[in-house]
Amino acid sequence: MAKQYETVIGLEVHVELATKTKIFCSCSTSFGGAPNTHTCPVCTGMPGSLPVLNKQVVEYAIAIGLAANCEITRMCKFDRKNYFYPDNPQNYQISQLYLPIARNGYVEIETGDTKKKVRIHEMHMEEDAGKLVHDEWDDTSIVDYNRSGVPLVEIVSEPDMRSADEVLAYLEKLRLIIQYLGASDCKLQEGSMRADVNLSVREMGSGKLGTRTEMKNLNSFKAIARAIEGERQRQIELLEEGRAVVQETRRWDDNKEYSYAMRSKEDAQDYRYFPEPDLVPIVIDEAWIEKIKMMQPELRDEKLARYKKEYDIPEYDARIITESKRMADIFEKAAAICNNPKKVSNWLMVETLRLLKESGMEPEGIRFSPENLAKLVKLTDSGDINSSVAKQVFVKMFEENIDPESYVKEHGLSTVSDEGELLAVLEQVIADNPQAAADYKNGKEKALGALVGQTMKAMRGKADPGQVNRRLKELLG
Amino acid sequence: MDICSMTALELGKKIQQKEISAVEAVKAALECIEDREPEINSFVTVDAEGALKRAEEVQKSIEEGTIVSPLAGVPVGIKDNMCTKGLLTTCGSKILKNFKPTFTAEAVRNLERAGAVIVGKTNMDEFAMGSTTETSYYGETRNPWNPAHVPGGSSGGSCAAVAAGECTYALGSDTGGSIRQPSSFCGVVGIKPTYGTVSRYGLIAYGSSLDQIGPVGKNVADCAAVLEIIASHDKKDSTSIDRKDYDFTSALVDDVKGMRIGIPRDYFLEGLDCEVKENILNAVKVLEDKGAVVEEFDLSLVQYAIPAYYVIASAEASSNLSRFDGVKYGYRTETYEGLHDMYKKTRSEGFGAEVKRRIMLGSFVLSSGYYDAYYLKALRTKALIKKAFDSAFETYDMIAAPAAPATAPRLGESLSDPLKMYLGDIYTISANLAGLPGISVPVGTDSLGLPIGMQLIGNCFEEKKIIRAAYAYEQTRADAGKGAD
Repeated sequence: MAKQYETVIGLEVHVELATKTKIFCSCSTSFGGAPNTHTCPVCTGMPGSLPVLNKQVVEYAIAIGLAANCEITRMCKFDRKNYFYPDNPQNYQISQLYLPIARNGYVEIETGDTKKKVRIHEMHMEEDAGKLVHDEWDDTSIVDYNRSGVPLVEIVSEPDMRSADEVLAYLEKLRLIIQYLGASDCKLQEGSMRADVNLSVREMGSGKLGTRTEMKNLNSFKAIARAIEGERQRQIELLEEGRAVVQETRRWDDNKEYSYAMRSKEDAQDYRYFPEPDLVPIVIDEAWIEKIKMMQPELRDEKLARYKKEYDIPEYDARIITESKRMADIFEKAAAICNNPKKVSNWLMVETLRLLKESGMEPEGIRFSPENLAKLVKLTDSGDINSSVAKQVFVKMFEENIDPESYVKEHGLSTVSDEGELLAVLEQVIADNPQAAADYKNGKEKALGALVGQTMKAMRGKADPGQVNRRLKELLG
Repeated sequence: MDICSMTALELGKKIQQKEISAVEAVKAALECIEDREPEINSFVTVDAEGALKRAEEVQKSIEEGTIVSPLAGVPVGIKDNMCTKGLLTTCGSKILKNFKPTFTAEAVRNLERAGAVIVGKTNMDEFAMGSTTETSYYGETRNPWNPAHVPGGSSGGSCAAVAAGECTYALGSDTGGSIRQPSSFCGVVGIKPTYGTVSRYGLIAYGSSLDQIGPVGKNVADCAAVLEIIASHDKKDSTSIDRKDYDFTSALVDDVKGMRIGIPRDYFLEGLDCEVKENILNAVKVLEDKGAVVEEFDLSLVQYAIPAYYVIASAEASSNLSRFDGVKYGYRTETYEGLHDMYKKTRSEGFGAEVKRRIMLGSFVLSSGYYDAYYLKALRTKALIKKAFDSAFETYDMIAAPAAPATAPRLGESLSDPLKMYLGDIYTISANLAGLPGISVPVGTDSLGLPIGMQLIGNCFEEKKIIRAAYAYEQTRADAGKGAD
């Protein structure tokens, strides 16, 4: 019988914090400026410059630590990690090794029907490096320091995960916590959330951990799942062939679906960490922690529980809506304004998700405001517009966040409640379609549809189809 | 009226009273530089054009009444490890031979706000590593009292320039005695303030946790006046301290009655030149005669200060100096193949022997497996040394000590034996390890005519006590503030 293997996975997750300015200077963190425009002597490591810690970084880190059930280190310090690379302007990175800001936490994940805790070993604050651009044409590299000094936290888990599903659930959990805190937008594709996977395999039932590898360059959830499966297979094959897994760092190539060895443990650099002498220790007292706790928003799990109690919407819908902070915010605000959570939920679950999917957008990128969505719900509730007009208006709102009330008015889309105008049109339609009218009178129910269609066309969609139906039946009855 | 022999406060006063203009003052300094530089070599860069232009501007501001500082218009030399916008800043190294900073160090900006006129950047041991100003890529500086001798270091250029009258006062930096020891060798006054008193922003770091900028002047009053200007709470330097007592000139009082002065026995044992010892004990006697209470005591752990210092300073230096890699600014080797070759050749060619020695030493003590045995142990030793001083300051207002074991050695004598050079720092480095303020004040000369300085070390934030005692002592000397001929 073939041996059964268990996969053991731990994660190192880097998250770019959503501060307006960098961790040690007042340069902007905004993405996409012309190269080296968001820079100053500090983040380009000019001689004589000194770092000054951005307090907001510490507050975000404490908030994440608390939400992940960590112990907050009351006196934490920064250390220097020394290594030479051109994207690292000082040739050392200011990070934390000896006294990281948070330790010993956990988050709870759900896969299928099972719940489990993934423990967090530690979380530390550090600065991001610049970006190297390689010019293949004239074989040079150019460096852009705009990203240099953007604040990061690195969250290091214990090796508590056993499958790609658990890894994805863990990442999703971290993403939700951090997005809800407003501490980061956590976009894997844009690199504001990056995960390195530490993976080993062992025979089922063995108490000893196997030799692990670390995989880098994983920039989507799908890539992570494929990389885990690929690496698991590779390690099992090695063991089956009686060969050993080498402790090393590997780079995942998602196109080739294969990982390549980058450097082995023997080549690992000695970072010569030591306490950063240019920064003073950060003393975090109870009052500061309490203040951050007070400001902590409702997190996803709490929100989900509250939705079940407060709103009459299916649990499935509540889950989807709360998976995005933006979506949940829109839902709650719009529901409160129009007092119709069910309709608001429907708009989000059907039309919003459809349009997001079509345009390849994330829910966090939704542009329309809750106020406008509430207006749209009100317009349909009152019968001012019919459902097909509402859909048209919604598309416009999704694209440009237009105000549905003024849009309907400007484009003359509101349902005509003027019975006189409707009656005139109906009489005209009947007169123009004598055959259909006759068919209906002779018991052909279907013929009515054609008349309703003609009427709606003549009214340029501004009639309520129910009303048209009723009136037609009366006239032909 | 010999402008170059005036103290900074004297010259500043004459400028304020319109007896001398700022332009005349800077011209006098530039003439003196032209005359003395071939022999002394105190400067890496002399900015004659910039200084004259600046002097005109300052003179205008003085006349308009927009600058009223006591030192407005007085020529100053800035050690070449402090950034000056647009003006070459080399740290005495080849690796920064073309480096013009984009901003000015905070301490220098404070001086500029007070109307200082920078005549140039003074020579120094490469990256402040050395005690003789011989490790500079730009040639050694010579002692104005006797050009066959070194001026001390690493702020040897600043001290020699002031002693020779090339500038009226100067800024130095002190990581292990680099202001106090050359001040002693050059017969000038130098203060190393309490760590955190003067902003380090714009000071190119050697040992960040030990570095401190301070004044070099012809007398105690000048140093107090300069310190009053350069000291500030700077938010750009996280280790800068918000002090409420920047009025250092208020301590210029000729009265030491009842002040308790401790003499650490360990500092006066073998290894100390007997002429130096005699001169310092005589100076202490003068203070005693003026009413100070003098007492010998045992300061423990003295022998551990040097190893602890060289481990910590070198460790920090190995990291601080890693940014000099030829990528962004400074010297880059001419031919190379690929990134690593460029790094290696640039750094091999750009740094001198002493800097490389300390980078290697620092990298070694931080490397995995040695960190606890060296770096961590040195940090513990540092904490214990601080404790020993804390307990001494429970009894004494200050400690009197030599600034160096001997007077200035001859050129070339120290470089051959780095270990001996390191041991020469024994009396000064403890103040850096413990963050304490120290002053060196001239107390006489040896039989060769070379100056001897007495060091007074105070408790943290008690600059005023050592300024007061040094000032009171200085009042008894007819030759105070004269400099070298």
